[in-house]
Amino acid sequence: MSRQSLQIDAKGRLRHFLCISGLNHQLITEILDTAESFAGVTEQTVKKVPLLRGKTIVNLFFEASTRTRTTFELAAKRLSADVLNINITQSSTVKGETLLDTLRNLEAMHVDMFVVRHADSGAAHFIAANVAPHVSVINAGDGWHSHPTQAMLDMFTIRRVKGPDFGALRVVIVGDIMHSRVARSQIHALNLLNTGDVRIVAPKTLLPAHTASLGAQIHHDLATGIKDADVIIMLRLQRERMQGAMLPSEHEYFELFGLTEEKLAIAKPDVTVMHPGPINRGVEMDSEVADGPRSVILEQVTHGIAVRMAIMSMAMSRREKEAS
Amino acid sequence: MPADSTSTLIRGGRVIDPANNVDAVQDLYIANGKVVALGQAPEGFTPDTIIDASKHIVCPGLIDICARLREPGQEQKATIASESLAAASSGITTLCCPPDTNPVIDTPAVTEFIRLRAEAAGHARIVTLGALTQSLAGEHLSEMAALRQAGCVGVSNALQPIINPLVQRRALEYAATFDLSVFLYPNDHWLANNGCAHEGKVATRLGLRGIPEAAETVAVARDLALIEQTGVRAHFCRLTTGRAARMVARAQFDGVPVTADVAMPYLYLSEMDISDFDTSCHLIPPLRTVEDRQQLRDALQQGTLTAVCSDHQPHEADAKLGPFPATEPGISGLDSLLSLGLRLVDEHALELPDLVQRLTAGPAGILGLPYGNLAVGMTADVCIFNPSDSWQLDSNTMRSHGKNTPFAGWEMKGRVSHTLLAGKQVYTPG
Repeated sequence: MSRQSLQIDAKGRLRHFLCISGLNHQLITEILDTAESFAGVTEQTVKKVPLLRGKTIVNLFFEASTRTRTTFELAAKRLSADVLNINITQSSTVKGETLLDTLRNLEAMHVDMFVVRHADSGAAHFIAANVAPHVSVINAGDGWHSHPTQAMLDMFTIRRVKGPDFGALRVVIVGDIMHSRVARSQIHALNLLNTGDVRIVAPKTLLPAHTASLGAQIHHDLATGIKDADVIIMLRLQRERMQGAMLPSEHEYFELFGLTEEKLAIAKPDVTVMHPGPINRGVEMDSEVADGPRSVILEQVTHGIAVRMAIMSMAMSRREKEAS
Repeated sequence: MPADSTSTLIRGGRVIDPANNVDAVQDLYIANGKVVALGQAPEGFTPDTIIDASKHIVCPGLIDICARLREPGQEQKATIASESLAAASSGITTLCCPPDTNPVIDTPAVTEFIRLRAEAAGHARIVTLGALTQSLAGEHLSEMAALRQAGCVGVSNALQPIINPLVQRRALEYAATFDLSVFLYPNDHWLANNGCAHEGKVATRLGLRGIPEAAETVAVARDLALIEQTGVRAHFCRLTTGRAARMVARAQFDGVPVTADVAMPYLYLSEMDISDFDTSCHLIPPLRTVEDRQQLRDALQQGTLTAVCSDHQPHEADAKLGPFPATEPGISGLDSLLSLGLRLVDEHALELPDLVQRLTAGPAGILGLPYGNLAVGMTADVCIFNPSDSWQLDSNTMRSHGKNTPFAGWEMKGRVSHTLLAGKQVYTPG
């Protein structure tokens, strides 16, 4: 089965939402436009629309998450769906059979949608390939592979701040690319939106093999990398990366790759600073930058709700049309 | 295995016996489990059975240098009886089982158990590799002399690492003491870093933990140095990179006593085949690049690699049902070994006699076995197949208990019509 056919149906509509790389420009734009219409809803006093009334959505999280799970939950509730949160720790299930069993049991409860986060790359694809035909699967992060709703909310944020012409933008992603599902999804999305210049800044130990094949220019020096940047996306540096031989120290990492107000002067004056969260203050960026006027980190969180509403309703509307 | 007392005439087939440079349409005469004549009938020979082999190839029974039978220890996947029957139906008469059974083959009792089970089944001969270190833990040497006494044809640590090079050196020296061949899986434990796919473009895109080429080449370099140092006879199992194949070729040129093999899937598949998290292509060592695949074909053709094996790893369906990194690696390969080999001939990667050599005399030489050879007086292990008969591989009709194959739906070339084990027909279709 190809990934294209898994997440998009024969009529080109969203069936599951698993990764950015199987999508196309039109679909991505449709998601962003739909999210724009929902952004209005989330800003009203009565924040609900009845689109998914009577539907049951299960947040199936095999990995800890606060932000992503919460915004998915809020998004589902604002669409009037019933939401069930299931957190399964690593210890209770690691085997494929158990995952499939978990799935079958939940399916038996007539669930309409799974929002899945799992530590293994490919987990969402596996689940999508094995669920009943009426169930939609939304990937909320699988291993190092993909975190497509995060990438979409980042694109939404960029479009809101910088306007729709991605071709004019230089977007720089800084940090641990190797272990980052966010970076992979962002790079795919930026390329699908024809971004003028997509760059990566990282030491070689934090880059996967053939990084350039993802579709980005590689820099090892922050100053040259972020020169004249329109958008800088800082990635979270996992503390456990310090324990291997990935990096010598947080101190040296911050010296070389941490974002400070001083270094920010190299970028364009109206540069936008983003971060998928949670931030390690003093490791990948100074508090001054994170809380500063060019940071849109909290807006990203807010936009997450509208974008996830858009994706959930689009994946579900396919089924409504099929049923009618 | 008791020799068959009957006599058989295999008539009119094209006999390909690379060990003796034979490739001609000839009659083959078998009695008491041995080859008694080729071409001219021995005096007074009256066959009990006549097999018409016209338009068929008659070659030594195939020798698969690495097949996991899952018994003892993982009988939910397969058994010696089920897999040796699958072997017989694919023209394979000798299977070599690596020591990573459960319990591990580090005592004569386990070797003996496997031998008895194989004899009881009676479909194929099974030889074993003993463990190089106790429990394959890479710390203490196994009782290699006892294992050899019990019939192990070599020693190996299978896929388990020997992290300490001093233990590796001692293990090779001790094996050399008893003239035991050592079978090495070159994979540096640290560089492999629990990866599940080749460290390349596809793993990068899919976010899979990569195993770099250097995991194999660093291990080959270390092992080659220790092989030279100790003078042990050594064999590299399952090379996957062109670079490692060239290192082995160079060592062979320099006179180092080293051989190497490749497994059939690596001659057809590459990292590209895991693109959709296809767990049927989850292999360890991993499928490498398209260039590596070509270089392995070249090394097989040039004779750096003197055997091609199935690297048979049958699984129950559940083992492949999960997110890619969580699934068990391996392909069920017995059913497709010969046919994929014949496809190499069709693709001009190998001449037919060379293919037969890599499936018979080549592995026999590596294992030090007196099989894979149809000279007068040799054991009559014979594979007869129709090379032009084509069929489609259907995982449901595979003989192996493991249906895990990425080759389902592929057009297969060649069909076995008879398999003889020490003169006895162990397989005939219908």
